[in-house]
Amino acid sequence: MAIEDDVLVIGGGLAGATAALAAVDEGAQVRLVSHKQSTLRNASGLIDVLGYTPAGNGPLVDPFEALADLPEGHPYERVGLEGVREALAFFDEIAGDAYDGGHTDANALVPTHGGTVKPTARYPVSTAAGLASDDRDTLLVGFETLPDFEAPLAAAHLEAAGAPFAARGVTVRFPGVVRDDAKVTRYAHLLDHDETVETAAGETTARDALADIVRSQLEDESRVGFPAILGDDHADAVRADLAERLGVDVFEVPMGPPSLPGLRLEDLLYDALEDAGVRVTTGVPVIEYKTDTSGRIDHVVVDRNGTEIPHHADQYVLATGGLVGKGVRSERKRVFEPIFDCHVPHPADRYDWFVDDVFGDQPYARFGLPVDRDLRPLDPGDEPELSNLRAAGAVLGGYDFAAEKSGSGVSLATGYVAGQRAGTEAGQ
Amino acid sequence: MARDTEVLVLGGGSTGCGIARDLAMRGLEVTLVERGNLTDGTTGRMHGLLHSGGRYAVSDQASATECIEENEVLREIAGHCVEETGGLFVQRPEDSDDYFQEKLEGCRECGIPARVLSGSEAREVEPYLADDIKRAIEVPDGAVDPFRLCVANAIDAQNHGARIETHAEVIDLLRDGDDIYGVEVRHDSGPGKRTHATSGTTEEITAEYVVNATGAWAGQIGAMADLEIAVRPSKGVMTIMNVRQVDTVINRCHPKGDADIVVPHETTAILGTTDEEVADPDDYPEEQWEVDQMIDTLSELVPILEEARTIRSFWGVRPLYEPPGTGTQDPTDITRDFFLLDHADRDGVAGMSSIVGGKFTTYRMMAEQISDHVCEKLGVNAACTTADEPLPGSENIATLEAGMDDFGLRSPVARRSRQRLGSRACEVLETDEPNPVICQCEGVTRAEIKDAIAQSGTDLNAVRIRTRASMGNCQGGFCCQPMANELHPEYDEEMVREALDELFQERWKGERHALWGEQLSQAMLNYALHATTMNRDRDPASETSTVDFAAFDDGRAERDRIDGIRGGR
Repeated sequence: MAIEDDVLVIGGGLAGATAALAAVDEGAQVRLVSHKQSTLRNASGLIDVLGYTPAGNGPLVDPFEALADLPEGHPYERVGLEGVREALAFFDEIAGDAYDGGHTDANALVPTHGGTVKPTARYPVSTAAGLASDDRDTLLVGFETLPDFEAPLAAAHLEAAGAPFAARGVTVRFPGVVRDDAKVTRYAHLLDHDETVETAAGETTARDALADIVRSQLEDESRVGFPAILGDDHADAVRADLAERLGVDVFEVPMGPPSLPGLRLEDLLYDALEDAGVRVTTGVPVIEYKTDTSGRIDHVVVDRNGTEIPHHADQYVLATGGLVGKGVRSERKRVFEPIFDCHVPHPADRYDWFVDDVFGDQPYARFGLPVDRDLRPLDPGDEPELSNLRAAGAVLGGYDFAAEKSGSGVSLATGYVAGQRAGTEAGQ
Repeated sequence: MARDTEVLVLGGGSTGCGIARDLAMRGLEVTLVERGNLTDGTTGRMHGLLHSGGRYAVSDQASATECIEENEVLREIAGHCVEETGGLFVQRPEDSDDYFQEKLEGCRECGIPARVLSGSEAREVEPYLADDIKRAIEVPDGAVDPFRLCVANAIDAQNHGARIETHAEVIDLLRDGDDIYGVEVRHDSGPGKRTHATSGTTEEITAEYVVNATGAWAGQIGAMADLEIAVRPSKGVMTIMNVRQVDTVINRCHPKGDADIVVPHETTAILGTTDEEVADPDDYPEEQWEVDQMIDTLSELVPILEEARTIRSFWGVRPLYEPPGTGTQDPTDITRDFFLLDHADRDGVAGMSSIVGGKFTTYRMMAEQISDHVCEKLGVNAACTTADEPLPGSENIATLEAGMDDFGLRSPVARRSRQRLGSRACEVLETDEPNPVICQCEGVTRAEIKDAIAQSGTDLNAVRIRTRASMGNCQGGFCCQPMANELHPEYDEEMVREALDELFQERWKGERHALWGEQLSQAMLNYALHATTMNRDRDPASETSTVDFAAFDDGRAERDRIDGIRGGR
């Protein structure tokens, strides 16, 4: 059975999903294949656009103002300001009530689990009440068995960062968690299903028990923040329930992997893909590609449990991620893109791939594909590698998403533009 | 004049800590000062080989004999720091048969148990050995954790009344005419345990006798009192793999050469090494070709190393020395024997001896001989007991292995914690408090981290060398921050922040040499976690400019709008 679509998206993270949805919007029949687990589980779930300029100025109040000054070759420069704005509007449409921040161009400052604050353009509704740019006094609650978030330390750190409110942290025992090394999904599950838990006062439910513990700690604060474990499938209900019982706003502080806000974003995107009729196959690598006589990609070959299946499409979008997602790989003497062997500029000497300050201007952080303004990967002679291939997201080079706080925004903007162009072109 | 202490030991490596323990156990009053952390000099920068003596069985049989004797002693007194891996000297087709025979006979002459294995027998022991390995000599090499061994010596010295001061750099030798009577040190954050974000102090410490055990740095100390000590520091690179490709120490059976040993060490394997003289033990090039040479050359013995993941590389500096006028050109040929330089005999300056040369495996024997010398100088008559008394953690080690409980931990974590802590396991791990795992790669729990913090203050590198936390695959990307969290609330936020920054930067230092393949991906993930998710690279708390929080989106307009919609329903 021949597999044939208008657009084939390779990669299932934020960029790939956005590209697929944007292509569908253009009327294309779209398929998405992905190999590895998406890196969204590592991501905070925040949709940052630009927090700092490439020179390190910031935090930026208005990310859009700074977009015009980005250097040539930066992914935002490739898609232009309008591309970024359209992509965010597209995301707002998909995310609906799940995300906030679209009412203003200004960045919000979100507290991080390390106690710093981070600029972001959109934020999950679960973090909305916790913004550090909101001046209400804050109680942070950590759990003895979750060592990544030390609430009293995070509170002290927020104050050291100049946050405009009093922050206090307490550490409590999470009701119903019996193992010291329980996974974060266990905490979320207990709250999602409001399971019965044993407390000193007898049997009660997880949400009740947690609210009781926190209520006894609450002083004058008008909001309470928890590490991001407040439910998974029913996060809104968990938060609303706790808020009602405590009589104050409740929010989550984004955490490192495995990140529930990242996983919730993934669920949101995959629900949207399903609703849009995108055919999704996960866990399958693309192992080779064939070109036709005109040098276009004719088809790629996907390895499905050892069976090699050709996938034909008119247009292709490469959204396989960067070094973390393995869309960009490296060996001792080279950096490369493993599927189409697209050009990845990098110094020949690997000791020029890094600088000695861990947070310095790291060349490796910029590794990725150069593209034209149509997001087609360019060869060393600045010609498109393959005329029906576009690239989006972290596989692109020329920007340091970690320093700029631009990872999600670049994935959205380039995913949106690549998908839209691929969809349009496939329809012609 | 009354002195602050009887003996002042300079240098917190294996030699210095060994001497401090030895003298303290003999009842002397001892103070030890170390510029950085314990093991920061050469001890913490070695390949972790517990020599059987096989390596020196042809070239230096006196050293070989000492090695096998001390090898057996350390298995007894420091069982919790030693892994009895065994070792192989493997012969490639191009390696000399005559040398192989000499090695075998040399081992036997030195009392080193040695047995010849055929190529296929050797591959049965170590399946990843190259197909063309001809044969091998099996010897009782082992792996030793130099960090925990050195720390255990320091703890035992403290248990016997010694004062141990880390982060106390010697800035001057106190000399009165022809007599050295102490030092001036600069405490990084005052005396006692290190505390970040605390200003330093200086202190004069006087002593009846000073022992300069600073190894490769001995010349710099000597120069403070116009004494010339011609140490010839020689650097060697070591490259750490993310898993143990071998469970036995693999040595190449040839006269000498770079990149000829693989030591299984905890969860890793360490490739070594090179031997190249450097002018300054604190400032020498660390180069790509050295790392490449480890991988390329040792792949001839263990081919899968070619494609394997390395997690970091580090360099150590040997404190080589030879008496003036010997004039050996190649540092490889300089003796590994140690020298006790009594400056009274040598330079007419009383009150201090310097120790140079030597090797880790025989540190205890060296310490014994030096301590004998110090006792003689001070007119003290006390016998050495360090070969008979187990180090803290190794008391009754044999009975401990059996029948210990798991302290409520998952079994791999419990097993690894017990191995690290030895007989201290109960004392450290038995707790009513929740005890989550802080470092997943190495299976280190909160209780063990807290125990290390109690020993060393805010210095997370000192916690690292005691526990191995942050030394696994992620190189601290995931665990540096939770490690630092454990400092709070005992230490305040600013101290914690500085301690975290220091550990994270230290981890990066070695990881830079492993930046390709999986480890480059790991580095990017670590960077993203710390810079993107936590914004630690632009932390407003550490920046001088203040943030105008009021200019940013406070979310309220949005909330009011939603409340309005909801209210209207």
